[in-house]
Amino acid sequence: MAMLEVNDLKVYYGVIQAIKGVSFQVNEGEVIALIGANGAGKTTILHTITGLLSPHSGSVVFEGTDITKVPAHKIVSLGMAHVPEGRRVFAQLSVLQNLMLGAFTRTDKNEIQESLEEVYKRFPRLAERKNQIAGTLSGGEQQMLAMGRALMSKPRIILMDEPSMGLSPILVNEIFDIIQSVSAGGTTVLLVEQNAKKALSIADRAYVLETGKIVLEGEASVLMNDDSIKKAYLGE
Amino acid sequence: MALLNGILAQLLNGLRIGSIYALIALGYTMVYGIAKMINFAHGDIIMVGAYALYVFVSLLHVHPALAVVLTIGFCAVMGITIEKIAYKPLRNAQRLAVLITAIGVSYLLQNLALLIFKATPIPFGSIIRVPSITVGEITISGLTMVTLAVTAVVMVGLTLFVNHTKMGHSMLAVSEDQGAAKLMGINVDRTITITFAIGSALAAVAGILYISQYESLLPTLGALPGIKAFVAAVLGGIGSIPGAMIGGLVLGIIESMSKAYISTQLADAIVFSMLVVVLLLKPSGILGKLSIEKV
Repeated sequence: MAMLEVNDLKVYYGVIQAIKGVSFQVNEGEVIALIGANGAGKTTILHTITGLLSPHSGSVVFEGTDITKVPAHKIVSLGMAHVPEGRRVFAQLSVLQNLMLGAFTRTDKNEIQESLEEVYKRFPRLAERKNQIAGTLSGGEQQMLAMGRALMSKPRIILMDEPSMGLSPILVNEIFDIIQSVSAGGTTVLLVEQNAKKALSIADRAYVLETGKIVLEGEASVLMNDDSIKKAYLGE
Repeated sequence: MALLNGILAQLLNGLRIGSIYALIALGYTMVYGIAKMINFAHGDIIMVGAYALYVFVSLLHVHPALAVVLTIGFCAVMGITIEKIAYKPLRNAQRLAVLITAIGVSYLLQNLALLIFKATPIPFGSIIRVPSITVGEITISGLTMVTLAVTAVVMVGLTLFVNHTKMGHSMLAVSEDQGAAKLMGINVDRTITITFAIGSALAAVAGILYISQYESLLPTLGALPGIKAFVAAVLGGIGSIPGAMIGGLVLGIIESMSKAYISTQLADAIVFSMLVVVLLLKPSGILGKLSIEKV
């Protein structure tokens, strides 16, 4: 059984259908990439999975439980964290306050402290700047904070929306190294990216989304050599 | 020396009335911060609080201390109820619709009070009986001391609550980004409910202090302090809790100084012109949030 199953999902914005029947699975331990151009519906799918949007029809099943109608604020305690597009850190709060909000639903203080130390170890820059106001961090640091904040909930699966957006190539590499190490640490990853090349380079499998439909799916290594993918997304 | 004493006495007057404005302004600013709406019915909660105190003390003969607790509780429940019935269904509506609804709720509360208690002012003596003290040549009334002390305790308590409790942190998170707050596991609806409860409880405290000063009940008694507190909230920077505190105190001092040294009739006009001045010179208010977000 897959860890996360999305079945025939249809989502509307008013009368406009953004997602036209999307199904995919994420197995435990995998890194799955959802790639596609701007406006293909990638962010909409993530928002529907974590309850920020409700679908018109279809279902989302996480670890055997139907979570389609579970409200957004109850998702994180099920073991699913979402790093939203544009980071959305709490700009007026400090780095530490942001991280602690990531552990909002957890109660064991010692375990929270352990997670905090793990996050600081993974992102030493956040430890250096723990009292800095998040809005004054650079884009890359904010991305790290958004990821660290999500990891503070100790998720079994982490959904990441465009982590490379607006970052320099060096930072993009750094962020993708971190995603790989999060995955190596046992967390399942669902990655949404416009940067198809980078996404495919670390993913096990990938789904290609075009105007609300999955048009192609398969092993990332196979897709990387697919001619249509090369032409449309890899710029070759 | 007489002039100095006069100024000091007016400063105390200003701080007393300013404290009441600050307490009301806190409700405006907190609700604005969390729910992004101006709750124009907020001023009428002061009136509800004043009448509730009257009912408990004069009609039901409850001990004043208990009556204060009951009044605060009643207003908190009132705030929650108004939010649930009138504002929650409009959570995703246009801002103008919410604003008009709030004005509607304001009229509803005033007319309910008119229906129940009639239009004739009801005299209601202060329940605060603290002797005045004299420092040098200045006499400080018991009411002034109680008002300042209560306001100071409330402000310190509220600041500690917002910055050092989990609920306070969730309020800060919701005020910045509701979607991201939900992803952290924060129940946004519950946070908004609690904010309304706190704001209304503070309005009740303001109502009790206000009625102790004016000693006469009218269905419209909340309108003027309510709208002045709104000016105070904007002056301090709407959405900012310390801003509301400072804005309230500054406005109170401006009002009492205007009354004493410029003109009693013009005092209200001067207070309201502060809104124009702020909007012209610094629309974000004294402590308005800085835009420091980097992309």
